[in-house]
Amino acid sequence: MITRRGLFEVGAGAVLTRSALPYLGAAAFAQARPRLSPLLPEGTRSEAIFDALPGKTPLIKLSYRPPNYETPVEYFRSIITPNDAFFVRYHLTDIPEVDAASWKLKVGGDGANNTVEIGLDDLRRLPAYEVVAVCQCSGNRRGLFQPHVPGVEWGYGAMGCARWKGARLKDVLDRVGVKKEAVEIVFDGADGPVVEKTPDFLKSLPVGKALEETTLVAYEMNGAPLPHWNGFPVRLVVAGWTGTYWVKHLTSIEVATKPFDGFWMKSAYRIPVGKFPVVARFISQETATNTPITEMVVNSLITSPAEGASVKAGRPMTVSGVAWDGGYGIRVVEISTDGGRTWVGALLGEDAGRFAFRGWSYGFVPKTRGEHVIMARATNRIGQSQTTELILNAAGYHHNLIQSLTIVAT
Amino acid sequence: MRCAILHFLACASIAPVAAAEQTIELKRAPGVERVEANCGACHSLDYVPMNSPFLNAASWQAEVNKMINAFGAPIDEADAKIITEYLVKNYGE
Repeated sequence: MITRRGLFEVGAGAVLTRSALPYLGAAAFAQARPRLSPLLPEGTRSEAIFDALPGKTPLIKLSYRPPNYETPVEYFRSIITPNDAFFVRYHLTDIPEVDAASWKLKVGGDGANNTVEIGLDDLRRLPAYEVVAVCQCSGNRRGLFQPHVPGVEWGYGAMGCARWKGARLKDVLDRVGVKKEAVEIVFDGADGPVVEKTPDFLKSLPVGKALEETTLVAYEMNGAPLPHWNGFPVRLVVAGWTGTYWVKHLTSIEVATKPFDGFWMKSAYRIPVGKFPVVARFISQETATNTPITEMVVNSLITSPAEGASVKAGRPMTVSGVAWDGGYGIRVVEISTDGGRTWVGALLGEDAGRFAFRGWSYGFVPKTRGEHVIMARATNRIGQSQTTELILNAAGYHHNLIQSLTIVAT
Repeated sequence: MRCAILHFLACASIAPVAAAEQTIELKRAPGVERVEANCGACHSLDYVPMNSPFLNAASWQAEVNKMINAFGAPIDEADAKIITEYLVKNYGE
């Protein structure tokens, strides 16, 4: 069912998978330097380059193996992120190429009445649903934390918004029946570690979130099959929650009657209790001090002009961007051009649903020559706004500090 | 999913193999070979400069410990010490 893309020998009996390694032809892009935030660590700024994975457009390469590539900000000028520009994030480096025709998804577990194995055709026979939703890495903007914290030092682009299509997870689970005693649903994908002792990447969801109608077992992204690097042939879509739950190359779904205690739930992707204004909880996984990250916090991004752009004093210009949250929907985006003393509402764009990017724009005239600082602040429909002071946490999650962007008028 | 065929993988013997990945050049200083052989077995070496220069000695030590204890990297004590010293000296705050 799963073949390792071009297994080849390296040295004394060691085997690596070619798919985990960068495309050799990508070297041509290595000269172009991406525009990066000055807030990123110095080492990140010197190491990050444009590079293209097979089937992808050049993205900002942060690490080759496992591949961690972020989307340049320019792509967020549209509320739908193209498949070939969608960010790539892996924890483990054995990333097999999955054959769609022989792909099987195992569904079962001690909290299920039955066990079934379904193929792509079975999945497609279930009622199809679509949701336009933002997939954002928990650590998006980690590199902007001050002081810096270790990890993949993402700038603004570890996110994207796509129209996802698939079966509801609820309908898939109905094939086996969920017992009353079930507490979590556990997911595994085809990707795995290269060392036996490295914990495999498995994630769980509380039953309630799993059964929501916007939680999908998705086989299409923006009207096309998922790109290999975004989870082909099937990935989980957990609208509103951070990307860590959106398991790629899905191979197994288990209904569990006990909290899942794998490394990626118990030790990783945790936030301190009570520090963030989130509503969604993951009670079966909570401890007295920390809890799994859940829904995304409200956030916005200025996509135009670019940081440091040169503009004409006295000439009207448009400031634009996107805003998003964990699924409550964006109520307002406000702009300040006087250092946060006064705020004026921006014009909101098309509403593609409460889980989608919401575009916004604002007309501005930089009257004087010199530097102007533009700030954007989104507020959602339950009254949550972006933070004015960074909420520090060891893993660098949930960065939603109000952005300040400097332009120069001449 | 676990990759059953890779149990025997002798991590320490692998160097980065892809052309693009080979362009990563860590600072040539004592211990760099141990870093390349051990760290490079499981991840590309761009992780090192990417996480610099802001980690102090205790934080680099914690990173090396995490690789061994949480991720099961087969690194012996002597190498772990050399690796940590190299990271602190060349990529520390």
